Amino acid sequence: MVANGPKGEEAAGSGRRARGALESDVLAALWAADGPLTARQVLERLPGELAYTTVLTILSRLHDKAVLVRHREGRGYAYAPVRDEASHTARRMRSVLEEGSDREAVLARFVSELSAQDEELLQQLLSGQDAGDARGESFDGGR
Amino acid sequence: MLISVYIPFVVTTVLTVLAPRMARRLTPRPAAWALACAALVTAAGWAGSLALLAFTGIAQIPQVAAEGHWSAAAVRAQDPVYVTVAVVGAVVLAAGVGNLGMAAFRQVRQIVRFRKECAELPGDTELSVLDDDAPLAFALPGAPGRIVVSRGMLRRLGNEERAALLAHERAHLRGRHHLFLGLWQLAAALNPLLRPLAKAGAFALERWADEEAAVRVGDRTVVARAVGRAALASAGAAGPAVLAATGGEVPQRVRALLAPPPARRSLPFAAGAFLLAVCCASLANAASDSDELVDSAKRVRCAELLAATVAQPAGAPRPGADFRCGPHHGGEHRS
Repeated sequence: MVANGPKGEEAAGSGRRARGALESDVLAALWAADGPLTARQVLERLPGELAYTTVLTILSRLHDKAVLVRHREGRGYAYAPVRDEASHTARRMRSVLEEGSDREAVLARFVSELSAQDEELLQQLLSGQDAGDARGESFDGGR
Repeated sequence: MLISVYIPFVVTTVLTVLAPRMARRLTPRPAAWALACAALVTAAGWAGSLALLAFTGIAQIPQVAAEGHWSAAAVRAQDPVYVTVAVVGAVVLAAGVGNLGMAAFRQVRQIVRFRKECAELPGDTELSVLDDDAPLAFALPGAPGRIVVSRGMLRRLGNEERAALLAHERAHLRGRHHLFLGLWQLAAALNPLLRPLAKAGAFALERWADEEAAVRVGDRTVVARAVGRAALASAGAAGPAVLAATGGEVPQRVRALLAPPPARRSLPFAAGAFLLAVCCASLANAASDSDELVDSAKRVRCAELLAATVAQPAGAPRPGADFRCGPHHGGEHRS
């Protein structure tokens, strides 16, 4: 991925970043879903306000990249991520992660290990916080 | 030299005790930068001071003195450092440098292995998803960096929380946080006293990414929930309970996110900068002192050699006696 020139670099750079981020959001939504999703369903699962056509474009681009598969559904397509269970990448990746001790980890992981106390404390913090509506709203993919 | 050479040790100790406590209460981004500066300066100060101490010991070895054209006896006479201290300095420095090399090697190896694994993931998208039920998420640095998340993690988060997770990892990549982590780990390898500082640094990075994600998502509680859910899911899946040395970092992050953003403060940064300046200044002072020590030992050696030549004027020209008695080195830095 080399920038194509010093002139358009800045504009293209931010454009590409935004596009890359949108692709990630769409991909993440599809992986999180239980089955194939139509563009409309994907749109519903993305936070923020996006145009339907934008989602369509991203879906077809991801399909071109062979990251998604699709089948006809009604007048459009339903998309699903290409599964990769056969390869052992995930397992190897995890073993590399677990190999290094906490001190020498080179990667920032999203969350670190929890002690039993932490777990309890965390439960309290979260339950105190989403006593209201949060639970149902977010677990079911916003439907 | 007598005192100044030890000041970097004092500064290192003070910072390693105080900085981690302070850093947790400050705005994470400047805190991370401050901790990075602190690690860099104190590691350099530590190594420099040890090197100076070791040098005053080594300079007394006759062969070394002969090689450098100074008088070992003069160094010994003027040297304010005990030989045992010098030896300890040399040993600690050697151990630290060895450790540093090993840590650097392991870091590079780990990065290379991750890259290799990552290259096998399909697509060239910013996000690569591991087809794995275990919850897992991290940012893989590179050009361009990639966000690696497992299917298990994505399925356990709600729509907004997913966006928060991605924003968090994106913040790591954009802020080049791996460079900070690498710096702290290398500094801690060189000087194990800096470990608490490295740990505080890693925490500051997570907080930094959390805060940036909160800005992107526009809701602090969403990020708090994402972090909390992800951690609870990981805890359930971790299998054999690892002895968590992390001391409650996740609850602290969640709590910080549920509270309003930390206020900006400048006094702790000013105090830290002052300490680091003292560390640099005293190291420079100690270095110039030991330079002068060598200079005067050289003058003594010259006088000895001159006396010896005068004593035997018939003078078989001695081959090794190109003694350098001309203008002394070190004249420059005093002018």
